[in-house]
Order: sequence, then C-alpha cells, then structure tokens
Amino acid sequence: MPFIPHSDTDTQAMLEAIGVKNIETLFEEIPADLRKTEMEVIPDGMNELEVSRLLSETFKQNQRGLCFIGAGAYEHHIPAAVWDIASRGEFLTAYTPYQAEASQGTLQLLYEYQSMIAHLTGMEVANASMYDGASALAEAVLMAIRVNRKVKSPRVLLAGTIHPHYRQTVNSIVRNQQIELLELAYCTDSGTTVQAALKRYEDQEIAALVIQQPNFFGCLEDVDALTDWARQQGAIVIACVNPTSLAYLKPPGQWGQQGVDIVCGEGQPLGVPLACGGPYFGFLCGRQAQVRQMPGRIVGRTVDSEGKTGYTLTLQAREQHIRRSKATSNICTNQGLLVTAATIYMSLLGAEGLQRVAKSCHANTQQLVGLLTQIKGVELIFKSPFFHEALLRLNQPVEDVLSALSNKGIQGGIALKADHPELGDALLICATETKTPADLQAYATALTDIMQ
Amino acid sequence: MKTITPPNLLIFDYSSPGRQAHAQLPNATDMPSSIPEKFLRQDPLALPQVSEMQVVRHYTQLSQKNFSIDTNFYPLGSCTMKYNPRGIHRIAMQAAILNHHPLALAADSQGLLHCLYELQQYIKDITGMAGVSLTPMAGSQGEFAGVAMIRAYHQARGDNERCEILVPDAAHGTNPATATMCGYRIKEIPTAANGDIDVEALKQNVGPQTAGIMLTNPSTLGVFDSDIQQVAKIIHQAGGLLYYDGANLNAILGKVRPGEMGFDVMHLNLHKTFATPHGGGGPGSGPIAMSERLIPFLPIPIVTKKEDRYDWQTMKDCPQSIGRLSAFAGNTAILLRAYIYIRMLGKAGLHRVAEFATLNANYLMERLRTAGFTLAYPKRRASHEFIITFSNEKKAYGITALDFAKRLLDYGFHAPTTYFPLLIPECFLIEPTETESKDELDRFIEVMIKIRQEAKDSPELLKQAPHTLPVKRLDEVKAARELDLVWQSSTD
Repeated sequence: MPFIPHSDTDTQAMLEAIGVKNIETLFEEIPADLRKTEMEVIPDGMNELEVSRLLSETFKQNQRGLCFIGAGAYEHHIPAAVWDIASRGEFLTAYTPYQAEASQGTLQLLYEYQSMIAHLTGMEVANASMYDGASALAEAVLMAIRVNRKVKSPRVLLAGTIHPHYRQTVNSIVRNQQIELLELAYCTDSGTTVQAALKRYEDQEIAALVIQQPNFFGCLEDVDALTDWARQQGAIVIACVNPTSLAYLKPPGQWGQQGVDIVCGEGQPLGVPLACGGPYFGFLCGRQAQVRQMPGRIVGRTVDSEGKTGYTLTLQAREQHIRRSKATSNICTNQGLLVTAATIYMSLLGAEGLQRVAKSCHANTQQLVGLLTQIKGVELIFKSPFFHEALLRLNQPVEDVLSALSNKGIQGGIALKADHPELGDALLICATETKTPADLQAYATALTDIMQ
Repeated sequence: MKTITPPNLLIFDYSSPGRQAHAQLPNATDMPSSIPEKFLRQDPLALPQVSEMQVVRHYTQLSQKNFSIDTNFYPLGSCTMKYNPRGIHRIAMQAAILNHHPLALAADSQGLLHCLYELQQYIKDITGMAGVSLTPMAGSQGEFAGVAMIRAYHQARGDNERCEILVPDAAHGTNPATATMCGYRIKEIPTAANGDIDVEALKQNVGPQTAGIMLTNPSTLGVFDSDIQQVAKIIHQAGGLLYYDGANLNAILGKVRPGEMGFDVMHLNLHKTFATPHGGGGPGSGPIAMSERLIPFLPIPIVTKKEDRYDWQTMKDCPQSIGRLSAFAGNTAILLRAYIYIRMLGKAGLHRVAEFATLNANYLMERLRTAGFTLAYPKRRASHEFIITFSNEKKAYGITALDFAKRLLDYGFHAPTTYFPLLIPECFLIEPTETESKDELDRFIEVMIKIRQEAKDSPELLKQAPHTLPVKRLDEVKAARELDLVWQSSTD
C-alpha cells in the first residue's frame, strides 16, 4: 500500500482497541445510499520507477527550444544552491508557522524576505507574499480601496499597458465589490500611458491608479509624472513591477515627489523556475501607516520570555481565521516555498549580481532587437526605451511565424493579436541573461529564413 | 551540560562590503544602455553581500529550526499533514517541466496539456462532478471561484434578489471571508449538540434571499453530518446552491462523493488530500469541480481535447466564465504533483487513504478516551480527525490547551490545531493522517499521558514550555505593538 505503513497485525490490534470488526464499520455514520458509486476512470497504481518513466515519456511531447518568451514569466539562471536548500524537508514539508517556537527557520527567513523585497521596491513594509503577481495586483486594488476610505463610489484607473491577464484577474476578483475599473488609453506612438489620457478624469473622484513598469509591451512609463498626477487627485498609486528590473531601474518608493503607496508584482524572476506557469509568488509592499490594511501573512521580530530575539506571525487580527467575514482578504496561505527560493536567490546574487542580471537582460534584448529589425518585414513598434522586452511588427501572421520558428528550435515570443488586435501582427520578444550572442544570432538566422 | 547556542544572526549580519558569491555573477556587459538616466536607480540596493558558502550554511541552519513532516509527527487538524513522497518532488523537478514556459504554443505543450486534461478527468471521477477547472491557486481561491460561480449562475437567470450565503458557525474562517469578497452577506447557522448542523435553524433561515450554503462534510468538528441529503434538499428547494469545502476530503476519498451528497460546486486542497508539499505555508492548489449547470461559469483557462490534440480554452470559448484568477493557469507544477500521486496510488490506493486515515483517527481517539481525556463528541465516530477539550484540566490544574500544545513541542511532536473550531473551548483538533504508523501514534499517546501527569505534578513546566526549542514563548503583544517587519541597517 503506497505510503501507508500498517502491517496486518497493526491493523488488527487497532481495530480491537477501537472495538470494531473491520474498517468499514468506522464509516457507518455515512448513509448507505450515498455510498453506491465507484470511481471509474482512475487507473491502477504504479511504482516510483514506472511513474518516473511515464512522466519522462509524456514530457517528450513538449517541444523544447531556445526560449525568447517573456510576458510575465522569465527564464533566468537559478543557482544550484537555491533549490537544493529550498527542497530540504524542513522547508518543503513544514506548514504555516502557527507554532512559532517550532518554526523559527521559516519565520526568520520570511522576515529576511520582507526586508529584501522592501529594500528592492523602496518601500517601508512587505507581507510574506501572495499567490502570484496577477492576484497580488487584485489584492493591491482592494487594499487601496480600504486605505482610501473617503472615496464613496470607488473607481480605479488601470493603465491600458498592463498585462492583459493581470487586468482580467483584477476584474474577476474585484467585480462583485462595487468597484469600477476604468482602462486608460495608451499612446500608439510611444506604447506608454500619457498625461493626455488622464485629463478627462481630473475633475472626477478616483480611488487609485495602477501603473506597470516596465509595461506589458516592455516600454518604460513616465512613472514620475503619473505618480505625481495621481497624488494630486488624492488617488492611491499602485505600482506593478518586475523585481529584476528594480536592481537597475528606479524603485517605486522613489517615483515622483513622494513615491507610490502600494507596490506589487510577480516574484518568479527571483529564483523560481518557469515550471509551466507556477507555483510562483506575488509580492506586496506598502507604507507602515497602512500596514493594517494589508492582506496576507506578515512576520514580525520580537523577543521571547527570556528576552531573546525571535520571529512570529503578527497583526493576525486582520486575517480570516480571526476576523472571518470582516477580514482584509480570504487569503490563507502565502507561497512560502517560493519565497524561500527567492530569499536564497537574492542573498546569492546580492545588489551587484542582481544589477548585472538586469543589465545583461537589457543588453541582450537591445542586441536582439537590433538583429531582428534588420530583417525585411520586421519593425520595432514603439519608440520608447525598453527594459528586457520589446514589441515587433511583422508583415506576416505571427502565429504562423511562431510555429515555423518552433520547428527550428526557437520559442520566438508571443502573439498579441488576441488581446491587442489594434497592434496588427505584433510579436512580443524577450532575451534574458541566459542568452549568448550565438543564441541571439540563431534567432535572427531562423527568422530571416522564415520571413523570406 | 547546557549546550552553547550560536548567536541568532540574520543573513544581513554576515554582510561585508565587496563580498560576493562570484560564481553567480553574469558577465559584465559593455554595451551602452538606451535607457535615459531619469529611469534608473540612484541609491545603492541594501541586499546582503555574502559568499555562497555563507548563504548555504545560514539557510541550512535556519531549516534546522523548523518542525516538518519529514522530521516530526505533525497532527495538525484540518491540514492533512501526510507524507509528501520524495519521488514525486523529484519527478516534478525535472528539466522538461521546470524549463517549460506557460505561454509556449499549445502545439509545443502537448505533454503538459495531456497530464492536466487527465487530471481534470480524475478529479471529476473522485468528486462525482461534471466539470473541473484546475486554475485556483489555493483553497481560498477555489472557494472564491465557487461562490463567484454561484453568483454568476443566479445572475444569468435574472435571479438578482439572492444576497445571502449561509455558513455554519463551525466553518473555516475562509468561508465567511470568501462570501464577503463575492459581495454576499453572511448568515451563521448554529450547530446541534451532536455536532451536526442544526436543521431546524437552517429551515428558519433559508428563503428567497439565500444564494447558497458553504459546508464541510465531515465538518470541522470531525464528524460526518448524516443529515446532508436533507440539508441539500432544503437549500435546493429554496433555490440556493451548495458549496463543498474540500478541506476534509481525505476523510471520504473513495468512500462517498460530494456530487452524490448533493453539492453543486467544491474545491479540493491538493496540498492536503493529494500530498503536495505545504512548503512552510504554500504553495497550495485548489482546483474546483462542479455540477452540469455551473459548467458555463468555470474560471479559465481549462484544457480541452479534440481528436488527439489538446488545447487551452479561454474567454472567447467560455463567454460566461467568471474569468481568470491568475496570470497563467494556476500552480501548474503542483497540479502535476497531484497527478503523479494519483497515478502512483491508483484506484485501490485512493480508497485506502480514507480507510487508514479514519482508522488512525479512531484508534487515537479511543486510546485517548481510555486514558481519560475528554472528547468533544464522545458518542460519534471520528472522521479523519477528532476533538479533545482540556476544560477539565484547566479547572483542575490551571493549564490551557496552549500550555499543552507548547509542551508537546518539547517532546518532538508538532501541536495539533488549537482553539479551532471556535465552538469548543480549550480544544485540540487532531488529525494523524494515514501515513503515520501505529508505533508513532502509540508514542504520541504515551507523551499525552505523561504531559497530563506533569500538569498535575508541576504545572509550571507546561506554562513555561517549550524549554528545548531555539526560542521560548514569544511576546506576540510586543510584536504587534512595536512593529518590526523589515531589517534596517541603522538599527543594528
């Protein structure tokens, strides 16, 4: 019996102690007519060797190639030590640290994580993580509404340059709470949100403005001006950012005159593998004065009964297991394991390493854009500065080109037609530090062949 | 002899200017940047400057300050802390899975989609439901999705007066919090003396305002509510729907299915019932399953199969969907772990999960009863978990459930869930799971008896416990009043 340790003798002794003849008797309180059905499609069991072989074979049907896809999940080198340590049973198989004295490892690590992510974003406080970047943005919007209580009928401005999946997620999660989401038009020349789009909201009550930097198209938004505009309107400013970029780009805590109020984003670039889309983790940072409106777990440093430093979950009165229907969110767990990896990753890279990763991504993407735009029928769509993604327009259907690239061992990016038909045959590309000059050239050569 | 404990350093305390894990540095680039100065970071970034070995040693040492399933019996009620098979983790950590991008073409993702499609089919089979979406990233998101679907269902029928969700007073805190997030008012339904829902109170509280009810069965009180069919009938007759909180699915796996009990929509906690690792508080994974009438509303993306090709279904294929809940398709690599677990156990193995989880719980309950501990529901069978209360011990010796819990830590056992459900004073909710041996349960029983003796002879020993862990009891009031959430270089 897989993973069940009972010998027949054990089972017999246990049944005798209970005073029943067989295990079935233990289910006697379940009405008999409920128990007539059987599982039909679950196959017979397999041992570890067989199931290993099965999965290896199955995943051979996945095509592999050089990955130039970004759009919210990024391929980075992950130091060996990151998952060697994160996979230790003491981290992997512990649960939420309710018993603080027996969880000091996880708790101290979460405190270190909160410190690092707060420094990276330039904010005062952070929580212990959210489910992913998109759901973290939804929770950030809900937090902004709680913070900005004076607003009567909450309206939130979302830049039109935010990842479409993030906009959709925010919509799904907040739609039943009488919050109006308004999408800002973007400039088709710069690929960014411009002041002109904001003009019509100047005399209206706005609870919050959400900006993504770099935005979905890879472009850099004029975050200083946008932040200052929103603050003048009395709106909460939410920044959705890429953590790798923040070793190189200005952190949201310093945008504009006073910085933003809430920062969130996808933590995956910090040591979490692509892994088909998850598990990742979302980060959420804010200001100390608003910490009681934050959702999710928060760890604090304190002392024990003998005055020795220790760590514990704190401000639990915000949470669902205490406040039930009046909680700041229904969120229960965080993404502890992924945060464990991210904390080890940030420690290993340090400021210098993370900045080199960021600069290397930027340089590779610049170089790739240079190579690809030399090909006939390929042009760069927007003129704005970009970080490590860029949007190209092709004179052929992008879907066909991507299939052809795949046959040549290149995962060439993603087609934007479904979410942004106004951009025509647009292709979003990304090159991280994992790409060599030869890799970039291989993409250019393959695309040249296809575009002819 | 007292051991000398090493100082409790943060990773920042090892930092020294100019130190670096050099092997992790990408080569410096000399390409001029096209990004104007105004976009760039001006201040130095305060990450630790440490060597690779310092990092490895620091975090290895931190790990050793944790209790975990791999190191300790962890009978945390309602959390199903069963063994997380190492082989499954190893298989899920293979390069072909780790390096696959979620937005790769469907044609390039057929292996992944095959596994996810089969998992959808398996979950239908396990739950007795007609449709499945794998995307919710945790139980709470599954709950959210389910209640949002109930709302979408009523709205699609123009039935807009339903504004209330019924929740038993014993429910998990996520249930009322979720219903609030979906825009509903909460009505609490009391529990009868035997631990089942109070059916008379339920009858009085249903009506045209009832959108639905959120239930766990077996409930958080560790008993199977045998009135469930009647409850379903009452709710359905009032036009409401039933949500099943799958937190306790381990108790009934292969024995009875929520679909047959009359539930319309439910979530599964893969990190509980399907043995995926809890990771120190996540990742979870909370797929949802639903009856036929709710299928149009299920959250995207889902996997479909046409002839022999698999594909993603998105908003354009499911216009009534409640939408997207994550950037990609949920905690995919956790879904794969659950898929592997189901393949390893097979049909027969899944049946045995509930059988041995229930055997272990009833054995532990019976032995503790015999030893003189007070059961919350002495006349009922345990499900996969049960409740004892220390009210008598509190009266007799002045010790609380918390004191008992902390003393258990000294003996190397993680404490059961304490003070939940809120209905039972001074309680432990104990869930041994099927993967613990009789020997381990016997050892736990011995220690429980021993601690009760200590409570009688030297209560201070319990009140000041734990004595053997890296820290003693922590000052939680100070933690909340003098918030210290982020390390600052100046304060050290």
